[in-house]
Amino acid sequence: MRFFAATLTPLVLAVVSPAFAQTPDHSAHRRTPPEEQQMQAPDPHSGHDMSGATSPPAPQHDPHAGHDMPGMTAPQAPQDPAQAPHDMPGMTMPQAQEADPDEGHDMSTMPGMMWPSSPPAAPGPNVETSADNAGRPPETPPPPSANADPAHAADLYFDPQVMAAARGQLLAENGDIRTSVVILDRLEATFGEGADGYVWDAQGWYGGDINRFWWKSEGEGAINGELESGEIEALYSRAFTPYFDFQAGVRQRYTPEADRTDLVVGVQGLAPYWFEVDVAAFLSNEGEFSARAEAEYDLRLTQRLILQPRAEIDFSAEDVPELATGSGLTNAELGVRLRYEIRREFAPYVGIEWSSSFGDTRDYVEARGEDAEDTRLVLGVRAWF
Amino acid sequence: MRKALDRRSLLKAAGAGAGWLAFESMLPAWAQTGSPGIAPAMATLAGPDVALSIGQSSFTVGGRTGHAVTINGTLPAPLLRLREGQNVRLAVTNTLDEDTSIHWHGILLPFQMDGVPGVSFPGIRPRETFVYEFPIIQAGTFWYHSHSGLQEALGHYGPIIIDPASRDPVEYDREHVLVLSDWSFMHPHQILARLKQSPGYFNYQRTTVAGLLSGEDRMSAADRRMWAEMRMDPRDVLDVNGSTYTYLINGHGPDENWTGLFRPGERVRLRIINASAMSIFNVRIPGLAMTVVQADGENVRPVETDEFQISVAETYDVIVTPTEDRAYTIVSEAIDRSGMGRATLAPRLGMSGEIPPLREVPNLTMRDMGMDMGGMGGMDMSGAMPGMDHSGMDMSGMQMDGMQMGAADHSAGGHSAMNMRDPENAPPDMAVGVGVQTISPMPQNRMGERPVGLENVDHRVLVYTDLIALAPNRDRRAPSRAMEIHLTGNMERFMWGFDGRRFSELVEPIRFERNERVRVTLVNDTMMSHPIHLHGHFFELVNGHDGHQPLKHTVNVAPGGKVTFDLTADNPGDWAFHCHLLLHMHAGMFNVVTIRPLDGDVS
Repeated sequence: MRFFAATLTPLVLAVVSPAFAQTPDHSAHRRTPPEEQQMQAPDPHSGHDMSGATSPPAPQHDPHAGHDMPGMTAPQAPQDPAQAPHDMPGMTMPQAQEADPDEGHDMSTMPGMMWPSSPPAAPGPNVETSADNAGRPPETPPPPSANADPAHAADLYFDPQVMAAARGQLLAENGDIRTSVVILDRLEATFGEGADGYVWDAQGWYGGDINRFWWKSEGEGAINGELESGEIEALYSRAFTPYFDFQAGVRQRYTPEADRTDLVVGVQGLAPYWFEVDVAAFLSNEGEFSARAEAEYDLRLTQRLILQPRAEIDFSAEDVPELATGSGLTNAELGVRLRYEIRREFAPYVGIEWSSSFGDTRDYVEARGEDAEDTRLVLGVRAWF
Repeated sequence: MRKALDRRSLLKAAGAGAGWLAFESMLPAWAQTGSPGIAPAMATLAGPDVALSIGQSSFTVGGRTGHAVTINGTLPAPLLRLREGQNVRLAVTNTLDEDTSIHWHGILLPFQMDGVPGVSFPGIRPRETFVYEFPIIQAGTFWYHSHSGLQEALGHYGPIIIDPASRDPVEYDREHVLVLSDWSFMHPHQILARLKQSPGYFNYQRTTVAGLLSGEDRMSAADRRMWAEMRMDPRDVLDVNGSTYTYLINGHGPDENWTGLFRPGERVRLRIINASAMSIFNVRIPGLAMTVVQADGENVRPVETDEFQISVAETYDVIVTPTEDRAYTIVSEAIDRSGMGRATLAPRLGMSGEIPPLREVPNLTMRDMGMDMGGMGGMDMSGAMPGMDHSGMDMSGMQMDGMQMGAADHSAGGHSAMNMRDPENAPPDMAVGVGVQTISPMPQNRMGERPVGLENVDHRVLVYTDLIALAPNRDRRAPSRAMEIHLTGNMERFMWGFDGRRFSELVEPIRFERNERVRVTLVNDTMMSHPIHLHGHFFELVNGHDGHQPLKHTVNVAPGGKVTFDLTADNPGDWAFHCHLLLHMHAGMFNVVTIRPLDGDVS
């Protein structure tokens, strides 16, 4: 069978490409006979004809130098310290190798001529960097003629205007990346006492690494009823630390009782331990001051099954009967959602959400005949694109 | 032929059992499976006149077909076989609807022929032809690829072999080119968008609760807490990985088993090129020792190894001597072990060797954060360590498990006392802003260390200190000044740059005087490896082999580490200098090196 395959191979190859159906011509290459190899192996200096160092290429002097050692594990580097001092005076050798200058000579102590495997070799001189020099000392500038004209060398060969345009493109393609995303963080149906409800919580952005347009929207209602509350924010977002963005803009709120337009100032980002946090303060067109803080955490149970605790608290600086809001802590939500990322961008989830009103807000809610505290089952999907 | 193939005819052909032949005919001869190797008479493109056409093609791997940007209709592109001493004229025609370019990676040439739009030339407009013309003054294994947009990730790359004018010091009976690359059916712009939107998008190997409970994560709860406190992911080894990439060898996926032929006992030269957009590989051939004879196209003293890490854009030439009449598997395993490329060396077609399973995901360590926690490389505790508060560190209670930080003490009282983002540890001209997540407090020279993930494998692993230039270094002057460049990033925002700035922020170019010799140290302030490439030059790695410092065009800077090279700035003009992880470059890790004056010598 093998014989058959071997006979067929050239035929197959001929069909595939006539170019290499031919047998490679070996006449130009010289194979080292096995006897020669054996003679070579015991010679520890075979790979080190250092006369080659002064007139390269070395193997011209010794055609076998360092190359014809099939089956031989040649400890090249460790041999060097033994050899180099003879032919290369003034050459600085790494310390670890200098420690045993005889290493390369005594082949009898190297059974099988194996390499020392694991210990790290001397990595060469340790060149000091800023981390070794406190106070950020300035670097030596290049010599003045390094600043000689032209500013752009290619302008000498190509139309400077065309080159300028190409440079603009180069700038854009090496760092100035614009991206956008839409994240439906929570799109869920809620089930508990009372009517079945729905919740949406979405945001997205467009822009570069530092400056972005950011929008957010959330709201809730009864599935067979009216919208209970809804809001949308349009924000300018600017990265100010590696992990956090400053955000400012406007928010529009809708409730059955009243609408509000707010100025928004906030901070959003990633806190230590991978907590996603979003904190914002609002000043409404009626002069009411309020604030909100949210935090989420993704606990990876497996690569795709993720448990997400989530907390949100709301504050109000004053009593706003029209909006059924008392001063102080008004509402809190605590939830936990278990999602499965079918794809990173699409993850259905199931969870439980507890919510409660506090203080005067609680009284307003209860006066309306609603529950001030509620625990609901949630079913939803997290998606982004 | 090529144009006649659309998807439907391909499928039909496949149905007829001839699909494989059709697929293979879309590849250049050297990249077709069952290649007997590169023979002089083979249909490769040789000088002095070469015509290349860049266009859209479809590309099929793993039974799926996608859109590729190719050169002369093949992926990889045709092999350019040139000879040292000749002149070449390469006429490149753009049939795309967007600009394109070809950069000749590692080739020493006049700057205006280097092929970087906006730096060396304007780029090649749609339906235009640009003629590159330059003398070939070197020999070795190199490659070529687009420097426009993200075309390189779509298949716009190919190998170059330059034969030496005189006798090759490397002897071999047969040679194969192995072009390693990564292919995704997701468009690279989409990949980039996903990384901006969700940096861990492609990583399905993160630490989990299940991994903690089963012990499979090999990481204690205390270590997890420490990484979480820092908002760092110890599994963030590659940004884009096997969850979307198919790893290719000569355009073949692992199941397509590209096969190179040999006769037992032959010395086979493998010219290995990492033409990936975003993938660093560990390369090994179980059962075969590899003798590295060339790195980045420059000859090195032969050094035998069992495995080496090849960063993006690096090349290694190795000699293998398979003596048995059997198949050997060539493995190019992504360094985060999320997938592998696979090919076969065999005496006959249709054979395959044992395929080793993917190894376990490496966990990054505090050393990858630019800290030296002792135990490795002999830390001098008596020495000055700015930015490190000894009193706050409980070194005595720390468990050292190889390079792993195993200790609760560490997270409790350890690193929190150390400022992982102290501007004092950066040069004065570095911008410590949003784009700088961390600054290595104690960056280590890691050139003698095994690369990420290979610390504990039980065979030999190539390290940068193993590389010794075969020929003595030509410029033996001591460097006249030192320069420090920080590789910076913010993994949460997928921002990358040099010295805290993205190129788009109108950075100052890096200036050298012509023929100036400068010692440049690259400090990696991030937890990721960065293959840093300088165009138009070879720099000498300062790796302890004075006078024989290895010459490279691309050097991988280990996470939290530092690499020093000596540069003789002898090629005047403007040159690109960048991280060769394509999306890092695109995100801003790029700058221009200017060398002046253009004319005449400097005293």
